[in-house]
Amino acid sequence: MAKIGAGKITVEAIKNLFHKPATMKYLGKGTAKIEIKYRGRIQYDPANCIDCLLCMRDCPTGALQIINKGTKENREMKAVLNIGHCIFCCQCVDSCNKKCLTYSQDIDFARTNKADLTVEL
Amino acid sequence: MSDNGKNLVVIPIGPQHPSLDEPGCFTITLEGEKVVNAIIGVGYNHRGLEKACESRNYYQDLYIIERVCGICSHTHSTAFCMAVEELAGLTVPPRAEYIRVIVAELERLHSHLLWLGIACHEIGYDTMFMYTWRNREKVLDILAAIGGNRVNYGVNTFGGVRRDFDGTISSAILKTADALEDEIKHYLDIATTETTLMSRLVGIGRLSREDVIKFGAVGPVARAAGIMDDIRVVEPYGAYKEIEVHAVTDTRADVYGRTVVRILEMLESLNIIRYCIKNLPDGIIAVKAPRRVPAGEAIIRVEAPRGEDIHYVRANGTDMPDRVRVRAPSEANWHGMKHMLEGGYLADVPITIAAIDPCYSCTDRAVVIRSGNDTEIMDWMGLREYSINWYKKQGVDISALKL
Amino acid sequence: MLVFLEMLRKTLIFPGFLFMFIYGFLLQFLDRKIYARMQNRVGPPWYQPLADILKLIGKKVIIPEDADAKMFRIMPIVSFSAVACAFLYVPVFGMHAVFSFSGDIVIVLYLLAIPPLALFLAGWYSRNVYATIGASRVLTQMFVYEVPLFISLLAPTILAGTWSISEMTAYYMAHPLYALINIPAMFTALIAFQCKLERAPFDSPAAETEIVSGPLVEYGGRLLAFFIMASNCELVLLVSLFSAIFLPFMTGMVWVDLLLYFVKTLVTLSLMILLRTTMARLDINHIVSFCWKRLAPVALGQVILNLLIRGIL
Repeated sequence: MAKIGAGKITVEAIKNLFHKPATMKYLGKGTAKIEIKYRGRIQYDPANCIDCLLCMRDCPTGALQIINKGTKENREMKAVLNIGHCIFCCQCVDSCNKKCLTYSQDIDFARTNKADLTVEL
Repeated sequence: MSDNGKNLVVIPIGPQHPSLDEPGCFTITLEGEKVVNAIIGVGYNHRGLEKACESRNYYQDLYIIERVCGICSHTHSTAFCMAVEELAGLTVPPRAEYIRVIVAELERLHSHLLWLGIACHEIGYDTMFMYTWRNREKVLDILAAIGGNRVNYGVNTFGGVRRDFDGTISSAILKTADALEDEIKHYLDIATTETTLMSRLVGIGRLSREDVIKFGAVGPVARAAGIMDDIRVVEPYGAYKEIEVHAVTDTRADVYGRTVVRILEMLESLNIIRYCIKNLPDGIIAVKAPRRVPAGEAIIRVEAPRGEDIHYVRANGTDMPDRVRVRAPSEANWHGMKHMLEGGYLADVPITIAAIDPCYSCTDRAVVIRSGNDTEIMDWMGLREYSINWYKKQGVDISALKL
Repeated sequence: MLVFLEMLRKTLIFPGFLFMFIYGFLLQFLDRKIYARMQNRVGPPWYQPLADILKLIGKKVIIPEDADAKMFRIMPIVSFSAVACAFLYVPVFGMHAVFSFSGDIVIVLYLLAIPPLALFLAGWYSRNVYATIGASRVLTQMFVYEVPLFISLLAPTILAGTWSISEMTAYYMAHPLYALINIPAMFTALIAFQCKLERAPFDSPAAETEIVSGPLVEYGGRLLAFFIMASNCELVLLVSLFSAIFLPFMTGMVWVDLLLYFVKTLVTLSLMILLRTTMARLDINHIVSFCWKRLAPVALGQVILNLLIRGIL
C-alpha cells in the first residue's frame, strides 16, 4: 500500500516528455489507418437491382433514393444518397436481398455547399 | 444578484457552462460559498424519439433507439432487441449472446474511462484527463474493428448480431486488455494515494444508503452506498446466465466511493472479456426475424454503464410498434441531486453533478400528468401492494421478492 | 546627456521593458509546450503567445451596461504598469538592477500587491455573479499567501543585512555558502509564487469549471490583452526575483552571467510547471488552511533561524 502524498504522477509526466505525442493526424498525408470494416460511403451496383425498394423502406432517415429512369422491362437504375442525412448504419446493405449495396472505408464527406451533399452512388 | 438581508447570491450554472457537456440549468443559491438551495432543470435535450418510434418500422427504430445515448448505445439497442425477440418468440444463438456481452463490456470500459477523465477535468486535474482519454482511444479502435464505428456501433439486429469477428481481432482484444490492465491499476493507485485528488473527492456529495432507497438511485451511485444493484447479478440475461460476475460495492457513499467502484468495475470488465473470448462458442450469429411482430408487451432490464436501463415495448401485430418507453438510468439518479448539492460548497457542485455520470440525452422524456376525479397518488409501498395483488389475480405470486 | 540615453536604453530595451515582453512570451510558450508534452500532447507552436496578444488587440471591447466603464478600462493598465515598474528593481544579470537603492525590496513587494487588487476591482466592477465570486476568492487567496511570501522573501535580507536587492545579490555572491541556509524559505517562496500567479493547484479564483474564468469573465479585446501581458510579465518578474535572491551563482563575466540567468530562470520555471502538471486544483478552504498551517510556520522558522545566525556572525 503506497504512502499518501501529492504529485504521484510526476514520474510518468517526466517520462512522457521524451515520448512521441499520442495525437494522430486526421485525413491527409500520414493519417492513421482506418479499420477494414469501418462503415463509410455506401456503394451501389445497379446490375442486380430489382427495384423492390426494401432498402428505402428500412432506412431510418430516408436518405437513400432508388430511381428507375427506364421502363419496367428495361431498367436503368440510379441511386442517390444524401450524405448529410445518412447515419451510416448500413441497414440498407443488410436489407438488400440481391446484394447490390456494399460499403467502403471512404470517410471524407465535408462539402462547402449544401447542394453538394446529395451525391449519386 | 439578489440581496434579501442574508446576502444570498443566485448563480446559474447552465444552460451553457464549461463544466457541463450537455445543456442543463442548475440554479444555485449561495450564502458566501455554501449552497443553500439548488433547483435542477433538465429537459433541454428532448427530441421526441418515443413518438418518432411509433411511426417507423422496427428496423428503423433499432437505429433510433441506439442513438438515445452516444456512450451507452449498445445497451439500449440490446434491450430493444431483447424486447422484440421476446415478443416474437426468437431464441438468440449462443455465439451472438457472447458477442453481445463482449461489446457490452468493452462499452462499459470506454464509458468508465471517459467518466474518469471528465471527473478529473472537473476538479482541475487535466493531466489525468489526457491520460485516460489516450487509453480510451485503444478501446475505441477495438470497437471500430468489431462494429464498424467508434460510437453507435450497430452490432445488434433482431435475432442476433450483424458482425462476426475472427482470430485476429480476438488476439488484438487480448493484447489491448493486458495493456489496459496495467494502466487501470496505475489509476487505482493514484486515486487512492494522491492527496490533492482525495481532498476534492472524499466526503463530497454524500447519499447514504437510506437516501439511495428513498430517491431510487441506481448503478454505481447505489453500489457505492453498499447496495448490490447490478442487474448482471440480480437478474442475469443473455450470456450473463453462464458467466460469473463479481459486482463491486463500496461503503463510502460519496463521490470517492463512486470513483473507486467504477475503477474496480473496469478491472472486472477486463476479466469478463478475457473469459468470453476464451470460451466463445461456434455457430451462426443470427436467426431470421419476422417483419410483423405479434401483439404483446415486453419489459426488459439490462445493466448499462450508468445503472439499470428499462425498456418497454408494446406491439400490435403490425410492423410498427404501438408504444416504446425508455427509462434510462440517469433518469433515476437525478432525484437525489438536490439533496446532494445542498449543504455543500460551490466548488463541489461540478464534481457532484459529474459523479452520477449524467447522460442528459438519455434522461429527457416527456411525461403527461393528469389530475382529476379518477386519479389517486400511491407511495412506494402502496404501489408494491398493488402490483402483488394484480399478479396474484394472474396466478403469479411475487410477494417473496425482496426489495 | 549620454547618461540619460544610457538610462533610457536600459529602461526601455535591455534589461527593461522590451526584454521583459519578449522573455514573457518565451516563458509562456515554454510553459504551455512543456505542460502539453508532459500530457502526451503536441502543444502550441512558438509564436502562439504573440499571436494571441495580437488577435486580442484587434478585437472589439464590449463593456456591460451595468459595469463602471471608467474602472473597467483603468484596471488592466494599472495592473500592467505596476508589474512593469517593479521589474526595474530586480537584477537581471550581474549584480545591478536598472535602478537600485536601499529599501527597494519593500517597493517591489508593494508593487507586486497591486495586480491582485486590480483583479479584484476589475471583477467587482464588472457586476457579474461569476466575477464577484471570483473577485472575493482572489482577495481571500491574497490575504492568505501574502504573509508567507513576505516573510520568506525578507528572511534572506535579514541574513544579508541590507534592504536593497542588488546589494543582497552581491552579498550572497561573496559568501555563497550562506545561500544554503535559506533553503526552507526557497521552498515556501516557490509555493507562494505559484499562489500569486494563480496557477494550479492554486487557481481557484479562475476555476474554469466552476465560475467560468472568474474575475475576467466580462473582459475581451485589448483590455484582456493587457491583463494577459501583465500575467506574463509577472511570471518573468517572479522567476527573476527568485533566481536573484535564492540562486546567487555568478562569475562576474557579462555573457556568462547572462547565460546563467537564463539557466536559473528556466530551472525555476520547470519546477513551477511540474507543480502545475501533477496536482489537482485545491478548494479555497484547503488553500487557506494549507497556507496558514504549513507555509507560514516554515517561513517564521526561517526568519528566527536567520536572526540567530546574524546575531552569531
